[in-house]
Amino acid sequence: MVNPNIEGKTYPKSDAYLVGREKIREFAKATFASDTSLNLDAATAAGHNDLVAPPTFPIVLQEFGLKLVISDPEAELDFSRVVHGDQRFVFERPIIAGDLLTSQLKVASVKSLGGNHMVTFETQIQDPSDNLVCTAYSTLVVRGADA
Amino acid sequence: MPDFLKLAVGDVVAEQVFDITRDSLVRYAGASGDFNPIHYRDDVAKSVGLPGVLAHGMLTMGLAIQPVVNWLGDAGKIIDYGVRFTKPVVVPAAGSTQVTITAKVGLLDEETTRARIDLTAVCADVTVLGKAQAWVQL
Repeated sequence: MVNPNIEGKTYPKSDAYLVGREKIREFAKATFASDTSLNLDAATAAGHNDLVAPPTFPIVLQEFGLKLVISDPEAELDFSRVVHGDQRFVFERPIIAGDLLTSQLKVASVKSLGGNHMVTFETQIQDPSDNLVCTAYSTLVVRGADA
Repeated sequence: MPDFLKLAVGDVVAEQVFDITRDSLVRYAGASGDFNPIHYRDDVAKSVGLPGVLAHGMLTMGLAIQPVVNWLGDAGKIIDYGVRFTKPVVVPAAGSTQVTITAKVGLLDEETTRARIDLTAVCADVTVLGKAQAWVQL
């Protein structure tokens, strides 16, 4: 289950994460990506300074906040009953190798639906000057005890 | 880079079939840090009532956008991408399972020259992603 009172709760900002070129390549190969996420010439030809992270790469940064929720006793989130409901990434600009990024997760809403709970998280990913780079939205479905 | 002015709603801009194997799941687990054993262990998947080992939803989401990225020639042109996870992708221990992605123009915004690309992801005749949409900057 999950404690509905965590709606609105904001968790501490993560340490700065350095987006590595080889990490982008590793993630790109795992998601069947090509060109601007693997090949430096392709990335620079497209006008970038280095490799471009695949569009779902910010999930790695969202994970830092999610770990805080899972280990938060107040949240009472039973992760063994969790199913990923939906996911969305909204970019202010692409994530490029060499970026130094922080992530901060907020519980946007907790809703009850037929014995299940739907928890929506909003994670802001920022550069060192606190400029927003990407917002990740994630809804987890927490199945009820008899669901 | 595709020409915005030549696009029409309903155009299929990309289509691709992906072969997903257990190796794909292990590789994605390592790259993403998601080591939930339901994505590589049959016994654990069965014990929690699943039909078998499942692909990470985020792997399906990640590969589903790649035909669009290839069409654009730049991952940096994806400015908004969201999906719903509606059905699981079951991956056998041996062999592979196929996920077919079709990308169509859903909406065109002339003012910003942005296009909404609607994706369908089909595995074993079942649609596995819902409301899978990406806004791309042209």
